[in-house]
Amino acid sequence: MKPFAFARPADVAEAVRTVAAEPDAVFLGGGTNLVDLLKLGVARPDRVVDVRRLTSREITDTADGGLRIGAAVTNSELAADRRVRERYPVLAQALLAGATGQLRNLATVGGNPLQRTRCVYFTDVSTPCNKREPGTGCSAVGGYTRYHAVLGVDAALPDASAPKTCIATHPSDMAVALAVLDAQVQVLGPGGARTMPFGELHRLPGDDPTRDTVLEHGELITAVDLPPLPAGARSAYRKVRDRASYAFALVSVAAVVADGEVRLALGGVAHKPWRATRAEEVLAGGPVTEHAVRHAMDVELTAAQPQPGIDGGNGFKIPLVTRTVVATVRDLTSEVPA
Amino acid sequence: MTELLEPRAIGRDTVRRDGEAKVRGTATYAIETPVEHPAYAHPVQATVARGRITAIDTSAAEALDGVLVVLTHENAERLASTDDREFAVLQGDEVAFRGQLVGVVVAETSELARQAADAVRVTYAEQPHDSELRVDHPDLYAPEQVNAGHPTDTAEGDVAAAVATAAVTVEETYSTAMYFNNPLEPHATTALWDPATDVPLTLWDSTQGVHPARAAVCEVFGLEEERVRVVCPFVGGGFGSKGTPHANLMLVTMAARALPGRPVKLALTRQQMFALSAYRTPTIQKIQLAADRTGRLQALALDVVEQTSRIKEFAEQTAAPARMMYASPNRRTTHRLAALDVPVPSWMRAPGECPGMFGPEVAMDELAERLGVDPVELRIRNEPEVDPETGKPWSSRNLVHCLREGAERFGWAERPPAGHREGAWLVGTGVASSVYPTMRQAKSTATIRFEDGRYVAEIGAADLGTGAWTVLPQITADALDVDLDDVEVRIGDTRYPVASVAGGSSGTNTWGSALVVAATEFRSKFGGSPADGDEVSGDVDQASKDEDHSAYAFGAQFAEVRVNVATGELRVPRLYGVFGAGRIVNPRTARSQLIGGMTMGLSMALHENGVWDPRIGQAATHDLAEYHVTVNADVGDIQAHWLDEHDPYVNAMGSKGIGEIGITGTAAAVVNAVHRATGVRVRDLPVTLDKVLAALP
Ligand SMILES: Cc1cc2nc3c(=O)[nH]c(=O)nc-3n(C[C@H](O)[C@H](O)[C@H](O)COP(=O)(O)OP(=O)(O)OC[C@H]3O[C@@H](n4cnc5c(N)ncnc54)[C@H](O)[C@@H]3O)c2cc1C
Ligand code: SF4
Repeated sequence: MKPFAFARPADVAEAVRTVAAEPDAVFLGGGTNLVDLLKLGVARPDRVVDVRRLTSREITDTADGGLRIGAAVTNSELAADRRVRERYPVLAQALLAGATGQLRNLATVGGNPLQRTRCVYFTDVSTPCNKREPGTGCSAVGGYTRYHAVLGVDAALPDASAPKTCIATHPSDMAVALAVLDAQVQVLGPGGARTMPFGELHRLPGDDPTRDTVLEHGELITAVDLPPLPAGARSAYRKVRDRASYAFALVSVAAVVADGEVRLALGGVAHKPWRATRAEEVLAGGPVTEHAVRHAMDVELTAAQPQPGIDGGNGFKIPLVTRTVVATVRDLTSEVPA
Repeated sequence: MTELLEPRAIGRDTVRRDGEAKVRGTATYAIETPVEHPAYAHPVQATVARGRITAIDTSAAEALDGVLVVLTHENAERLASTDDREFAVLQGDEVAFRGQLVGVVVAETSELARQAADAVRVTYAEQPHDSELRVDHPDLYAPEQVNAGHPTDTAEGDVAAAVATAAVTVEETYSTAMYFNNPLEPHATTALWDPATDVPLTLWDSTQGVHPARAAVCEVFGLEEERVRVVCPFVGGGFGSKGTPHANLMLVTMAARALPGRPVKLALTRQQMFALSAYRTPTIQKIQLAADRTGRLQALALDVVEQTSRIKEFAEQTAAPARMMYASPNRRTTHRLAALDVPVPSWMRAPGECPGMFGPEVAMDELAERLGVDPVELRIRNEPEVDPETGKPWSSRNLVHCLREGAERFGWAERPPAGHREGAWLVGTGVASSVYPTMRQAKSTATIRFEDGRYVAEIGAADLGTGAWTVLPQITADALDVDLDDVEVRIGDTRYPVASVAGGSSGTNTWGSALVVAATEFRSKFGGSPADGDEVSGDVDQASKDEDHSAYAFGAQFAEVRVNVATGELRVPRLYGVFGAGRIVNPRTARSQLIGGMTMGLSMALHENGVWDPRIGQAATHDLAEYHVTVNADVGDIQAHWLDEHDPYVNAMGSKGIGEIGITGTAAAVVNAVHRATGVRVRDLPVTLDKVLAALP
């Protein structure tokens, strides 16, 4: 734990300027992730800039029939919003599957997608970790990999000593739902405002595992926009975990089924919320039979790499994620719409 | 035979005497003790699993404004006794496990202490370490005895011969994981060293025994008992991990002695607890069962392999229950340990019985399956007339009654067939037996004084959240034959007479017995109308003691498990336990003990898993986000029932102890139900969805 200065600027512009001006300044949302990491010595900022009272805490209808969600809206408020529950059940379900009531009351829409990985080596400063300290190695390779990635890991089998290896997963449930909903992220940075597809926010570890997203230093999420879903679309989130509540996903599936279209995003399998575009392509236009979904997932998972490790490794995720997708799509296609 | 007290207050559902203070938040726990101007300590822990400290640089820590003292092995006081190497903190440069204490910082605030602890630079000469338990570990050895004074090995008849000729056998290996006690309240102390006073050392400590804690501190620091006071009114759980002190208590005492007159507070963080506050050894259980066609056991063998630490031996008595549970002419039990470069294992709820009722109770289910006999019936057929281990008659043994009543309540006879499916779920049911020895400790004294028209009893016991504050007055009231409201019992302070640890489910039996002796003595000395200030004391060793019977509490647990056909997710919508545990002193506190034990057993079955990373020598799952314990959403219809059991041999209350039996057998019942649902026999805990996935449709 390291002392830091605390700032509560007057508006978002000042907040962005303050963070951008110092290399080790960070934004503070609900603090449910950042404060833990401060205590553990994983996050070591010089300045913490509280933005929770600066960004919008409103959910508003947009002209195209979608919703705009202010970055300060809490996870609880978003999950409880009638429009969200009716139009985007996948999102409400994902939120309610995450953390606990107390945490959701604090967690914000801006902070949730930017929470860091739960990799046990990342959160323990006494072990090597390329994401925390680049070049030290990845302790997870050959270690405890139950919650680690099988997709998007380096093309060659990762090697612990490789300075850029990282096989961590992104832990957010909400982010998987936002990925399947083709959400847009509103960002304000030192250079001005920009909008980006949510699917482009997170990145694979590639050559720099320290970076979870493409945001530049000082860029603030101000809102998330949800486009409307096609008429008659149905959506659901299915999270599979080691206990009934209060656990991160082993795997999760966000699915949207509409006329001639199946959209799938996967959680717990990659360094980012994983949009299963290959599976979607295979299914496009065709009948959504169980066999077809299974086949589509086989295609999606051809590049999957189980990570061996202590406690059995994580190879089970490959059959598990397919089974979960099949069950979720079956439920969505078989139920009578309300 | 003991004449049992006429129950008037005993058996009544009285509210917890400490309940209101706890609900209102006014109960002060160790770290909250109101003291003037406290300082805060934060430990420095080793980051290698084995080696020597070659340099330790505290200058950056000491340079921080507000840091009061930094102690390491280079400047810490030399302890009077280092015989117990767990307690020998900061006495040398040797590192025996990762997470070991290598220093402590005391500062004006806890944040600063933490920051300064991070700034201490330790350099190590690392040595190769070995922290992985293996069934064929080359250094396995037989300890002199195992926990609670049990023999290491036992043998009777010829197991091999019986196995070779038996109609049906089960020979399998089972394992339990590494479990961390994780009470809600961390290990915490407020310590004050004030040499100018008569009692220079005061420790407000979260402990299961103020007197045992004091004895340990006195030994380590070479202090006389009169010069040390330990106070502990409330404990936020211990589950055995606060039964014996751990290194943190010695560290905070040392820190306080370095700052005379200044109270020093130390609470371990959750992560630190995984290395410093006890855990249950993983166990490997090799089992042989042999039976005739009717299911009568001909042989029963359990060979246990488990671990201890290199610096201090703790030998969990995992095979103990296999020695007495069922009748069998041929039997063998052994314990072998590997002393590893790991933190010190210790007591965790039902040491011995908890892991020891896993393997054998799953094996019994496998035997029932191979025989085609109902598993309830199989257990009944193997009911021993006398204790197979000692040959003594039972003080009372109602296992069969528990099995039958449990089966009735659960609807066992109408249970669905194996592999039964309801919608997206496979449904299975399972049963297992529970057991826990009835113990009483040798040492405990109570005083009773008549004061302002009320009876005040004092005994230096500790209530770790189980209900001692509430049940001891009930016992005392009945023993004095007065109203409950006329009795006050004071505990949790070494100013009160010596009392044993709250462990081994023996607290109520032991302290209650001492209170009954004192009450009887009080009445015989002062009659029915005592004068103000009349006082007597009574010792537990004056209570009548039965040596001729074997005394245990028994139980049966029934579980319904549902396994999701798509994902393998496991749910336990029903868990019923029926126990024969003597007279229940207070149904309210007893129910929460039994249900709590069963929930912890469910947690062991499905969730708890201290995943050990042998490469670095520490638990990979080392906080409560990763080390899963069962949460409320995992618990469905959970019920604890008990028989109206009259046992005239155990003690004057007729009580057997209920703190631990609830955790025994639960995991086996769940595993057996998983097998019935899926056909998969999981022999290595916990049962997680990946272990059943391949068998699902
Ligand atoms: C025990 C536990 C269990 C949990 N279980 C789950 C779970 O099952 N599923 C799940 O999805 N989550 C889970 N969580 C995580 C929780 O959802 C996140 O901690 C939370 O969503 C983070 O939001 P926050 O507002 O508190 O973020 P903060 O902690 O305030 O910030 C997180 C990060 O985002 C940055 N940040 C915050 N706001 C902005 C902004 N507007 N623009 C740019 N950067 C910003 C911060 O600098 C920081 O780096 C769990 C957390 C805990 C502690
Ligand atoms: S997986 Fe990533 S976060 Fe985890 S230890 Fe490796 S580099 Fe660090």
